[in-house]
Amino acid sequence: MRYAVIGGGPSGLYFALLAKKANPSDEVLVVERNPPDATFGWGVVFSEETLGALRDADYETYTEIGESFARWNAIDIYYHDTMVRSRGHVFTGISRKVLLNILQRRCQALGVRLEFEREVRDVGEFEGADLIVGADGINGLVRRTYGEFFKPQIATHPTKYVWFGSDLPLDAFTFIFRQNDDGLFQVHAYPFDARTCTFIVECPEAAWRNADLDSASEAESIAYCEALFQPELRGRGLMSNRSLWVNFLTLRQESWHHGNVVLLGDAAHTAHFSIGSGTKLAMEDSIALIDALRRHRELGAALNDYEMERQPIVERFQEAALESSSYFEHVSRYAHFDPRQFAFNLLTRSRRITYINLTQRDPELVRTVDSWFAANAAGSPDGAVRLSPPPMFTPLRIGDLTIPNRVVLAAGPGLEAAGRLGAGLVITEFVSVAEEGRITPETPVFDRARQDMLRSAVERVHQAGSRVALQLGHAGRRGSMRPRSQGVDRPLRQGGWRLMAASPAAYTPHSALPKEMTTRDIAHAVSVFAAAGRAAAGCWFDALELNFAHGYLVAGFISPLTNRRTDDYGGSLENRMRFPLEIVDAVRASWERPLLIRISASDWADNGTDLDESVAIAALLRTHGCDLIHAVMGQTVWESRPDYRRLFGVPASDRIRNAASIPTIATGNITTADDVNTILAAGRADLCVFDLPATGTTP
Amino acid sequence: MNIGVGLPTSTSGISGQLLVDWAKRADAGPFSSLGVVDRVAYQNYEPFTALAAAAAVTQRVRLATMVVIAPLRNTAILAKQAASVHALSGGRFTLGVAVGARGEDYAVSGIDSRGRGRRFGEQLEAIRDIWEEGKIGPTPTTGGPQLLVGGSSGEALARMARYSDGYMHGGGPARAFAGAAAKAIAAWSDLGRPGRPKLWGMGYFALGDGNADAGAEYLRHYYAFTGPFAEKIAAGNLTSPGAITDFIRGYEDAGCDELVLFPTTSGVEQVDRLAEVIG
Repeated sequence: MRYAVIGGGPSGLYFALLAKKANPSDEVLVVERNPPDATFGWGVVFSEETLGALRDADYETYTEIGESFARWNAIDIYYHDTMVRSRGHVFTGISRKVLLNILQRRCQALGVRLEFEREVRDVGEFEGADLIVGADGINGLVRRTYGEFFKPQIATHPTKYVWFGSDLPLDAFTFIFRQNDDGLFQVHAYPFDARTCTFIVECPEAAWRNADLDSASEAESIAYCEALFQPELRGRGLMSNRSLWVNFLTLRQESWHHGNVVLLGDAAHTAHFSIGSGTKLAMEDSIALIDALRRHRELGAALNDYEMERQPIVERFQEAALESSSYFEHVSRYAHFDPRQFAFNLLTRSRRITYINLTQRDPELVRTVDSWFAANAAGSPDGAVRLSPPPMFTPLRIGDLTIPNRVVLAAGPGLEAAGRLGAGLVITEFVSVAEEGRITPETPVFDRARQDMLRSAVERVHQAGSRVALQLGHAGRRGSMRPRSQGVDRPLRQGGWRLMAASPAAYTPHSALPKEMTTRDIAHAVSVFAAAGRAAAGCWFDALELNFAHGYLVAGFISPLTNRRTDDYGGSLENRMRFPLEIVDAVRASWERPLLIRISASDWADNGTDLDESVAIAALLRTHGCDLIHAVMGQTVWESRPDYRRLFGVPASDRIRNAASIPTIATGNITTADDVNTILAAGRADLCVFDLPATGTTP
Repeated sequence: MNIGVGLPTSTSGISGQLLVDWAKRADAGPFSSLGVVDRVAYQNYEPFTALAAAAAVTQRVRLATMVVIAPLRNTAILAKQAASVHALSGGRFTLGVAVGARGEDYAVSGIDSRGRGRRFGEQLEAIRDIWEEGKIGPTPTTGGPQLLVGGSSGEALARMARYSDGYMHGGGPARAFAGAAAKAIAAWSDLGRPGRPKLWGMGYFALGDGNADAGAEYLRHYYAFTGPFAEKIAAGNLTSPGAITDFIRGYEDAGCDELVLFPTTSGVEQVDRLAEVIG
């Protein structure tokens, strides 16, 4: 077998030495455009897991690498002139140059042919090879040559970043956040030997331009960053190594092999540097490829097997990396957080680490966060609470109301049954303010008889220890449908009623056309909501929730997709919010207890409401007396592009809570206590709707 | 979890007699269902026709399309065909539908593949009404066949939750099924449907010496339209009793209600070999 490896980085060299070791009679050639001692970038990080794989694959290099490693277990977070240290994380780092030298020596000892300073212009130069390995990076020749078979997708991240080195001795993975007049800058720094560290500076493009870094020389960039991080650098300097400001590129490819050509490492895939995984993934690729080649006689089967093994693993890293990079892009949103919550949010940003994982790694930090959370929630002085339950069981105070824990359950028709499950807050099913506002014939109407029934149910829920919110709504054009046991949004064929909406367009292709509401209809609807609000006060409900979501009557006014009006109730956001705000004002006139409002934070459709607009909507609702936003997603229009991934509503809750400064309820398939504690401690919501699908809860 | 077997309507060299024999053996075996796939530009049997034949020679097993490419068919005719197989089988029919992934099937049918998602949604909204209204018969006695929807996009899952009885997954390792099932349940709950969606999964197998290569070859051919992905599907073919039992256990753990294993070679003895494995 003859191998041609293009690219002499860690993955190319590691693959070459493993191939030669597996079969010494094979010919293995590595070509590299740079000289052997030129290396760009500073240090690389590995996990314990990767070290285990390196040990099993080649004990000789593992021993050498192990001797050169820096090991540490802490993460330091510098923020607002404080430093939070989190322990229990295991990292190991090595100088990239030392690593390459170890691998080069091992290659030479085994008889791998290394050709440095050879620029490959055409993959055809390796025609005689049985396998051509593209280990030449994201912009490499191999990937570009066979692009039509690999089908690459490249996403450009919006922030600017630059790699520096520093002689600052660190004993922790270090994050530094520094705000100046130009913007918010952050550092990702980690040691790779006793004297040197990698020092990455990242900032939004606007900050980068404000600081004139777009036209700065390397020396000027260094001077700027040294001045900016002078306190943390403690008199040490930054070192450059072809240090240019760039945008990170995430590369995904449908396939990593074609014919006798295969890709490794950055040539196959990239994942944002903030989860520090590039070299680790690349060297694991090399091991997986060698293993696959040893398992299969046929080359095609081996390459396919390699790809099948590695792609799901890489995809998981890419997803975590995307969460992580998105956190850093928007970190200014959390600038008001207490340092302990800020640290918890940072450490759990990629979703790979949750409350439970972090408790295992660093119980003291989590105890500190819990105690701060409990004291803060109770309005006690900082440090007053030393021992506390996890956030999920910390009461929430809204005005005079105390909700005993942070779990919200959406009740179905059986309010009392839901009230016995231990949730802090139970929200009733959709109760219509009027006969013609029902969704289906089964939808309850908030009339006298219903009020009497609910009053006694509420009393029993209170006895069970929960608080109850009445959900009031009007179905609008989503009304006159069949019971949901038969499907959702299936129009009634008999016994239906007339519908009204912001604009005359049917919800589904076969549902009834609603009447466009006149200003008189609007005034009447406002008074109906107000009357229902007054009646609710007599039913001993602890809170009122107005359903302005999911394409029902009021939601129909809010979204530009469903509001085509040209009068004062349509057009600008201010106009589209006029009817909802009139309702809020009218209800607030008599309802003094907490007011919750449910909104669709995104329409999941082009030209619809998105998270940016929902922040503005939430801020308007807040100024009119809304206490809490219940952020749900979609259903504004019949056809949209939903995304039902785990915790799908949490980003919206996070965004609204921290950009519109209003407490929120998070939704979206939250099914474990661990999720609830993570979301609350990280400041992404104040309450969580717990999904218990088997109980048949309905909104 | 119930286990079904696929009818070999798309493997090579299948005679009508073999399909009928296969269906009889499946009915006599430990299987709860017989599934068929749907393609147009391919050497396979039309799914409703194949299931009508199977209905005539079986007493017990459920008959399922996995899945019919609905937008290729006129909605009234689709509803009528489904109602007919349902009536022929004495109410044993499950209609699995999706938009399909092969442009070629749309091209040879003379149907524009653009906008197929929306048209599919309209079909789903209409089909139950057709069965219930009674104008287009044979009118089912109990609301019509079980209706399941396939597809992996958010749109597909929302349509599934709105209009159908559950989700039909397109195949892959148990881990992939578990991920899709979690999203299906989330969609169901988000749209306010009471209860839980039914969850169906599928896999491919070839048992016995010398059948593994032929099976892999068939899958490469059948899935050629997916490009390099076909190799991965071929590599997922279950070719040993151990692989099948592991696969079944994985699907059961992931909450699957019905797992249908499709043959990748045409020998009728495949039914017996599979029956032996699942006991």
